[in-house]
Amino acid sequence: MALNKTLRPGLIQIRVLDLDKTLDFYKNILGLNEVGRTSDGRVMLKGYDEFDHHSVVLRLADAPGFDYAAFKVDSRERLEEIKAAAQAFGYAVDEVPPNSNQPGFGKRYGFTLCTGHRLEVYADVDLAAQRPMTLNPDLWGDEPPRGMKAQRLDHFLLFGPGIEEAERFCTEVLGMFVPEIANTPDGHRLATWITSSNKPHDLAFVEYPHPGKIHHIGFYLQDWTEVGGAADIIGKYRLKLDIGPTRHAITRGMTIYFWEPSGNRIETYAGGYTAYPDNPQRVWEADKIGRGLFYYSGELIDSFLQIVT
Amino acid sequence: MANPDGVKRHVIRVLDTNEEFTCGEDEFLLNAMIHARSGPIYHGCCGGGCGICRMKVERGAMFAAKRMSREHVSPTDAENGIVLLCCVQPRGDILLARA
Repeated sequence: MALNKTLRPGLIQIRVLDLDKTLDFYKNILGLNEVGRTSDGRVMLKGYDEFDHHSVVLRLADAPGFDYAAFKVDSRERLEEIKAAAQAFGYAVDEVPPNSNQPGFGKRYGFTLCTGHRLEVYADVDLAAQRPMTLNPDLWGDEPPRGMKAQRLDHFLLFGPGIEEAERFCTEVLGMFVPEIANTPDGHRLATWITSSNKPHDLAFVEYPHPGKIHHIGFYLQDWTEVGGAADIIGKYRLKLDIGPTRHAITRGMTIYFWEPSGNRIETYAGGYTAYPDNPQRVWEADKIGRGLFYYSGELIDSFLQIVT
Repeated sequence: MANPDGVKRHVIRVLDTNEEFTCGEDEFLLNAMIHARSGPIYHGCCGGGCGICRMKVERGAMFAAKRMSREHVSPTDAENGIVLLCCVQPRGDILLARA
């Protein structure tokens, strides 16, 4: 589905307060598969329908939140082009050697955006041992999907200062496009939904005074039925619900938001429109954003606006 | 005071608002506050992460059953009775104040 030189958000590392309890959530409730542990005790996970080595890493820390995320790009030449473009943009670029702190991943280049978030790019990653079938493929392999049946990492929403610059970095350096935006009455960016694919967003930003914050990590479910199934599981296991099941007008996704045991917000998401870079941009005015976020009620809720990690 | 199941309950009072509610020893203060619709806090991540439910325990015994984010409760804060309500359970009557 990638239309541009950046293929997809392929990796996110997040901090957790309680590794055992939070890992149990990601494995047995959300339905990711445990790939293994790094030498320093971080846990690598992946969705059952993902091909690459791993996509989610949990790191035990004294505060939850976002460590970094990485995007796969379509070639090694592109990786070098992006490095040069990031430096020309004015950001310092560092290099993470292959197969070092992320087993299975090739060389990565990293940069910190003005919003306080570290993003990385890489061109090479090993295939996972457990991965979708490719010859006369069944819908899944030996083991049926568990729990909420999350297929893959979908997107993440980051909060920080200076999102107009972050958006420009994503388009000018990473080659992405911006299907949807929200603006303040005086024309400043309030929020931006950015993609390099046909998905309505691969990442998004909301303007926020404190740097480096994450609002949620989105995981892809098959359809409305599975979003409803995820809600049943939230009730059964007494997870803390934020909102949903409901519908976004922004991205058109079908959705639930809730918190995992370390307080990071999770979205289980299905659907979404098909984004093309030549389509006109959708624009939300600040006073209409309630309908954009929660299409049925049209009303914002404090918890959704205030809580980040 | 005890539940029918024998779990001890304690009275939680909030300075400033003078609101009162009860909380079992197996419950977290934030959950009891939300269920009682008492305030001053009405939501949170309930995982010790977001810091929305940061308050000060002025008086009373409690048990921290979950880790709290260091970003919101520093070691000095902890010595001064600052907690995240979603992580602590009462072991006696408690007086809370805004942090």
